[in-house]
Amino acid sequence: MAGRLYTKSHEWLTVEGKSATVGITDFAQSQLGDVVFLELPNPGRKLEANESFGVVESVKAASDLYAPVSGRVAAVNDKLAGKPELINSDPYGDGWILKLDLTGELSKELMDEDAYKKFTETGA
Amino acid sequence: MLAAIGVDSMEGLLVDIPESLRIPRLELPNGLSEFETMAQIASLAARNRAYPDRLTFRGGGVYRRFIPAAVAAVTSKPEFYTAYTPYQPEASQGTLQAIYEFQTLIAELTALDVANASLYDGATAVAEAAMMAHVHTGRNEVLVAGYLHPEYVEVLRGFGEGRGIKVKKGFEPTAKTAAVVFQQPDFLGLLVDAPDLTRRAHDVGALAIACVDPISLAILAPPGQYGADIAVGEGQQLGLSPSYGGPHVGFVACRKDLVRRLPGRLIGTSHDAEGRRGFVLTLTAREQHIRREKATSNICTNHSLCALAASVYMTYMGAEGMRHIAEVSFKRAHALADRLARLPGWELAFPDRQFLNEFPIRVPKAAVVNRKLARKGILGGLDVHRWFRELNGVLTFTCTEVNDPGALDELVEAVSR
Repeated sequence: MAGRLYTKSHEWLTVEGKSATVGITDFAQSQLGDVVFLELPNPGRKLEANESFGVVESVKAASDLYAPVSGRVAAVNDKLAGKPELINSDPYGDGWILKLDLTGELSKELMDEDAYKKFTETGA
Repeated sequence: MLAAIGVDSMEGLLVDIPESLRIPRLELPNGLSEFETMAQIASLAARNRAYPDRLTFRGGGVYRRFIPAAVAAVTSKPEFYTAYTPYQPEASQGTLQAIYEFQTLIAELTALDVANASLYDGATAVAEAAMMAHVHTGRNEVLVAGYLHPEYVEVLRGFGEGRGIKVKKGFEPTAKTAAVVFQQPDFLGLLVDAPDLTRRAHDVGALAIACVDPISLAILAPPGQYGADIAVGEGQQLGLSPSYGGPHVGFVACRKDLVRRLPGRLIGTSHDAEGRRGFVLTLTAREQHIRREKATSNICTNHSLCALAASVYMTYMGAEGMRHIAEVSFKRAHALADRLARLPGWELAFPDRQFLNEFPIRVPKAAVVNRKLARKGILGGLDVHRWFRELNGVLTFTCTEVNDPGALDELVEAVSR
């Protein structure tokens, strides 16, 4: 999907006006393995870019989630509480994690699809 | 041997033991056989004065109770006795099953959803629960309400310091309070209004941590019933001897939605490829070897053998047995309180408060009372003035099932003279 941006910590975001949707990438879910639990913030919480906002726990690891951009949490994907495996089966669709109301600018460090693909292949 | 470990003398080796506690000279002649040495040592040991259980009326966190022989019969089995938490845990199904049963018993006793494999003792259990509340709420203050065991408070402060947790005392939590911690019955033996303290915590969005006496739960409302979020406590009374203060066993139980904050080992059940029931380590991603510095706690072990003793004790006694000893202890303590309060100059320190089997009483001269009792081989009450300025002249006396009616007579007689 055009317009999807990626972080070095393997989150993705799409932006529509002043609102963004955030999740973790297909590469991240494949590395984590079966996701069993997510710890997510309450709506209304203000996040700074790169701030840790939650935890994704898989059968082999527990990893922090980082905000790709500054914003206020507008919504959390409630379906994940009952079906955390949506992160594995549909990371860019039903496995979305947060919706943010943007309060800051997008960082220049965010990558487009090609750059992120290169990043995951080379680690650069 | 001293040279090999880098110490220059025997005194250097013993430097950590206070001089007053060392034996300066054993007065053993040279050249004795093993047999003769044993006889000499035995006669020296016979000069020790040990208070018999039935004449011990001091509690304050550690209690004498009858320990059925079944406890040692199980814990001394080499399969349990020598085992450390194994590195390939699922290979030791018996060890995991024993822990699972401990967890189940504690969860039932506290009426909460889940309990862990055990902690070191009551003090560290309080501190671990406070850290759970700190991480869960994102708040930095813990409010100690009423008479929580002063040594638990010290450990709580010690743990809290490194995590930026402030320990306050009082009954009014605020929006900064992560948890209200109270003890039921409290350190003096008095019952507190646990439902009210729990409500106060919840009204400001804090957690309620109940530090409970496991035997008392046979007759008191369990923490889960009045809505406490976390229950912790010291499990020594469940089949462990006082042993100079340890090793004992701590327990912690909580509501299901806090399980990812729960520290330490957690055992669950699953099924193997052939559909057979098996016991497995569960939710290990909470723990520090995976979560690193983000884990609630750095604890990764437990007191399994002590927890096993507690499991055997609870299973052997059963709900009825535990209720019976709780009631006997209650009756004896109340009979003793009535008799002591009638002595000239003696009065209950909190006459309007209820208690179970431990009670604070104001006496004319605490030290004199305990010296009189010691001369009769009786270990008297705990002088709590040592920790609480307002409790000058107050001793807390404890009765359990081991203090038979004759022992009560001896105690009253000794202080009446």
